[in-house]
Amino acid sequence: MTKAPVLILGARSDIGKAIAHKFATLGHPIQLAARAVETLEPEKVDIELRHQIAVTLHEFDALAPGTHESFISELPALPCIAVSAIGFMGDQPVNEKNPAIAIEVMRSNFEGPANILGALANHFVVRGSGTLVGISSVAGERGRATNYIYGSAKAGFTAFLSGLRNRLTKLDVHVVTVLPGFVATQMTEGMDLPARLTAQPSEVADAIALAVEKKQNVIYVRPIWRFIMLIIRNIPEQIFKRMKI
Amino acid sequence: MKVSGWGRYPVLEATVHAPRSEHALREMIKSTPNLIARGNGRSYGDSAINRSATIQLRHFNRMIAFDSKTGQLVAESGVLLADIITAFLPRGWFPIVTPGTKFVTLGGMIAADVHGKNHHKDGSFEKCVDWIEIVDANGEVIRCSRHENVALWEWTIGGMGLTGVILRAAIRLRSVETGWIKQTTIPAQNLVAAMSVFEKSQDATYSVAWIDCLGTGEQLGRSLVMLGEHVKNANLGQKQANAPFDTNTERKLSIPLDFPSWSLNRFSIRAFNALYYWNGLRKPSEQIVDWDSYFYPLDAILGWNRIYGRKGFAQFQCVIPLEQSRAGLTELLEAISKAGAGSFLAVLKKFGKQESLFSFPMDGYTLALDFPINKTTLQLMEHLDGIAISHGGRFYLAKDSRMTAQTLRASDNRSADFATMREDSDLRNAFQSAQSERLDI
Repeated sequence: MTKAPVLILGARSDIGKAIAHKFATLGHPIQLAARAVETLEPEKVDIELRHQIAVTLHEFDALAPGTHESFISELPALPCIAVSAIGFMGDQPVNEKNPAIAIEVMRSNFEGPANILGALANHFVVRGSGTLVGISSVAGERGRATNYIYGSAKAGFTAFLSGLRNRLTKLDVHVVTVLPGFVATQMTEGMDLPARLTAQPSEVADAIALAVEKKQNVIYVRPIWRFIMLIIRNIPEQIFKRMKI
Repeated sequence: MKVSGWGRYPVLEATVHAPRSEHALREMIKSTPNLIARGNGRSYGDSAINRSATIQLRHFNRMIAFDSKTGQLVAESGVLLADIITAFLPRGWFPIVTPGTKFVTLGGMIAADVHGKNHHKDGSFEKCVDWIEIVDANGEVIRCSRHENVALWEWTIGGMGLTGVILRAAIRLRSVETGWIKQTTIPAQNLVAAMSVFEKSQDATYSVAWIDCLGTGEQLGRSLVMLGEHVKNANLGQKQANAPFDTNTERKLSIPLDFPSWSLNRFSIRAFNALYYWNGLRKPSEQIVDWDSYFYPLDAILGWNRIYGRKGFAQFQCVIPLEQSRAGLTELLEAISKAGAGSFLAVLKKFGKQESLFSFPMDGYTLALDFPINKTTLQLMEHLDGIAISHGGRFYLAKDSRMTAQTLRASDNRSADFATMREDSDLRNAFQSAQSERLDI
């Protein structure tokens, strides 16, 4: 039996690639979507060779919401699972001073991913099935001085996913919110991250596949992050505002 | 950051780059005064470390093409052997030559010209390589093979990454009917008996011996010789034959902490050795085992290098030419057993003939043993170096972490040619590892 395809939005990212490999291992055809998608040709060949499934490439710009509906209608098949691995952290000091870049960070982490998942949701509802996976961030759980522009956009995306899940549950469409803690990717390259708290992209992919299968709602990849964020969310603002965290 | 090889000795402070595109890699090579490529860090010592610029190739891990008629795979050099097996064993293909771990990269296997349990029959890794693409010091990609840029090809095989950065290669896989191996275990009372089993087993596809380093006198070199053959589908039971590649080898064990180094004192080693030996004897002399347990028994214990403690360990691996093997191995085993520092793991294997410019194997016997790092074992290994050299032996650079330049020169007269070639081709300044500096090559 041929399985239905899995769509990866933001397929150039390390997490996006790892998710593509994971679902290919499970026998799903893969749709890779990104800007300048033709440069993902080597990934397409690699995934097809390793897993003996078909991979298709689709030009996609998260920041061009007007194109999202036609992007979906041009897919060769409506996917059974769509994953957004779209994101852009930027550099906080730069984000603070350069409004154009700050807005790009906000749009890349909230507007773009929310709009495309919302559009896909409507198609999934018509079909009456499907799973939407949004990779948000623990940075959206509480704004911190070191990355609140990125974090606030992720907070918006997390809230969007929560609402989407609330709306779609009775319509048999499932929504998974992924709040990975630190992940060793291009985005975090050069940062000095504690090894015990840092997941590999393949761990994120494994956790997502499991969450889709078990219909989990909100996952943190490494369980310790659920505990860390519980504490961080509960620190009184009087104290939090003076903390260096 | 701190970088070390599999032996976790030496640990060096090095700047590590992990370029993401071919363009970035080529620019980096062009603009960096000297560097060395690094794969998955499974060479034991400092072969893949350059303090000022270690170039990690983990982003070059894509497979490019596979020809199901010839079994030829084209892939980037950072692809792991484990991934090749995962992808192609279910389709009936297995590596022609494999080292004792599957967590090595394609580039690393070429650079070290690794060997396996079938060296006596199939030669070293070089035998299954069709061509290699290398980035030279100018950032240019050069393809070499037995027919094209032949000198570069010959020096790159076993050249420890010192001729350029291996970027892509084409290798051939062997067709197999199942993922199972028929293993025959033959106990040998001592070294002479073990060597005689090897001589009589020239036709076996795979052969290797586990050797008890603490045996003395009549029991010096007592061994279990293990022969192996790929099992044909017709020889499997019905259940296995229905899924001949489904060997169900999920691995779980891992060593999360450093063992204190005293846990490997001579008593625990003696107990371990005796147990293994007798356990082996009691087993039926013939059994069907899955490919993973047969080829990669230690891969089952992820992070087994930590068992030697925080200070790390070194592996001594030499090959002694055939005519002097018996005398040389006897002297080596006597020295090891006298020191009582015999290792957790000691492996004996008969190599076949090999003519290469700088590869390790030659017609003779190879002995490999691990030692936890301390003053005594470092001295013992130097003593062993001398014994091997006096019998015409040489050493495996992929395992080396402590040999001196003088030892290398004395053991291998090809090393001077290698150094001259590097000098003449302006490679000496472009590609350097901590090992190549130490060994002055």
